[in-house]
Amino acid sequence: MSKQTWVDLAYLVAAICFILALKGLSSPKSARNGNLIGAAGAAIAVVTVLVSADLHHLPLILGAIAVGAAVAVPTSRRVPMTAMPQLVALFNGVGGGAAAIVAFLELKWTGGGFALVASLFTVIVGSVSFSGSVVTFLKLQEVMTTRPVVLPGHPLLFGAAGAGAVGLAIAAFAQGGASTSATYCAIGVAVLSLAVGVLFVLPVGGADVPIVISLLNAFTGLTVAASGYVLNNVLLLVAGTLVGASGTILTRLMAKAMGRPITSTLFGALRGGSTAGAVTTADRPVRSASPDDVAILLAYANKVIVVPGYGLAVAQAQHTVRELADLLAARDVELLYGIHPVAGRMPGHMNVLLAEANVPYEQLKEMDEVNPQFATTDVVLVIGANDVVNPAARHPGTPISGMPILDVDQAQNVIFLKRSMRPGFAGIDNELLYQANTTLLFGDAKDSLTKVVAALKNL
Amino acid sequence: MSGMGLLTVFVLSVFVGFEVVSKVSTTLHTPLMSGANAIHGVILVGSILVTGAATSAAEITLGLVSTVLATVNMVGGFVVTDRMLEMFKGKKR
Repeated sequence: MSKQTWVDLAYLVAAICFILALKGLSSPKSARNGNLIGAAGAAIAVVTVLVSADLHHLPLILGAIAVGAAVAVPTSRRVPMTAMPQLVALFNGVGGGAAAIVAFLELKWTGGGFALVASLFTVIVGSVSFSGSVVTFLKLQEVMTTRPVVLPGHPLLFGAAGAGAVGLAIAAFAQGGASTSATYCAIGVAVLSLAVGVLFVLPVGGADVPIVISLLNAFTGLTVAASGYVLNNVLLLVAGTLVGASGTILTRLMAKAMGRPITSTLFGALRGGSTAGAVTTADRPVRSASPDDVAILLAYANKVIVVPGYGLAVAQAQHTVRELADLLAARDVELLYGIHPVAGRMPGHMNVLLAEANVPYEQLKEMDEVNPQFATTDVVLVIGANDVVNPAARHPGTPISGMPILDVDQAQNVIFLKRSMRPGFAGIDNELLYQANTTLLFGDAKDSLTKVVAALKNL
Repeated sequence: MSGMGLLTVFVLSVFVGFEVVSKVSTTLHTPLMSGANAIHGVILVGSILVTGAATSAAEITLGLVSTVLATVNMVGGFVVTDRMLEMFKGKKR
């Protein structure tokens, strides 16, 4: 067999690994192996290109790979589980950035035609994915506000930057890609596309950010596919397309979980009307209680549902919740966890955290399953969640309108563990806090729970 | 491969991509997104190819930057996904 045949075979094996990886990741039992198969496929692909291609600057390339790995491994090992979503956003961003640079360097290879179009497409989309992901990172890390940001003349700026990027791309195409002036045009394309990415993500409200990450992930996949076309590399084409297609489906699934079409998620704030909603937190009366009161309420309940949210994750309170659950189980209290599809900062985020604390899988109930049960529940313990139980979602005119929520308000008693009266990630006040059957327990979720656990032990 | 061949591969891959993730529970959305994210880190292959063919100092620099970025995407993506999924294991179902 010729060398090229071996290379093609190795790429085929890698492509199969990627398909099996995505397939495996779709089911809890096979997920971890799926991921390892994907990693094996990636390793095969990289080794193949390193040994088969006629490469200059090989020591430098190996050095760059070593640097990248030296940065990535400790970061991804050490980052707390709560910060996972922004890390995924960041990794997606750097992938998009890499694709944009690769496409930029490919320009002179293409010799015009459709390959040049594909390169310029990748410069645009890769740059958008990079800068957009950086903004989502800043939002999730709360370096900047999580509220939608709309600049004066935002749609106009967005349109101008987009049109400018496409215009310059057409100019670069007309010049055939290889000339110096085409290079300058391409630099302009990249800069304007970076601006498009920023303007694209700024108006997206905090709660919708995960959907944007998923969308940008699909974008990056498409850029990798386009690069595969330009470089005539089937593996890049297959892998990129797989991610682009699966990412699109995943984005739609997430948008569905939020109960809104994807367009209103992305452009809702620009159309105006939905950004407001920030009802002033007036000095309305609320009922607060001590940890002892809460312990008594829980101890004599028949059925308790815990609704965890991001606050639980921040406080690292998942293990304390588990402890509380064990104590209640000893008292024959039926306990379930009601998991909203977008609890936390990413769909499935809460399941990951609770699994970390060894909470039995059977107690984790998805929204559709748990909602009919609230009416027969004595106590609902809302730990650091807010938007996902906010009845405001049932009325039009708020940023979360139409999002399916957990019907917590139907339970006999609702206990909110909150740090303050601050509104949730979406930035809107929660009517539920003022309801007659609602009790608030102020403080850090972990501290409060520890006190409740201590009080329960003394009962 | 010919343009037509590549187009065929592209279209078939779209269908495979749709098919493999169409039935996934919300529990696994985050790991799945993260895993897919790691897979597009395979742009590293493209990055190595263009860097290996770079001629000017500017091209080499850009190529190396993209190689570092792509490696971070790929290696970090797989490690983070594995960490997430580690939490699901050891559960007696």
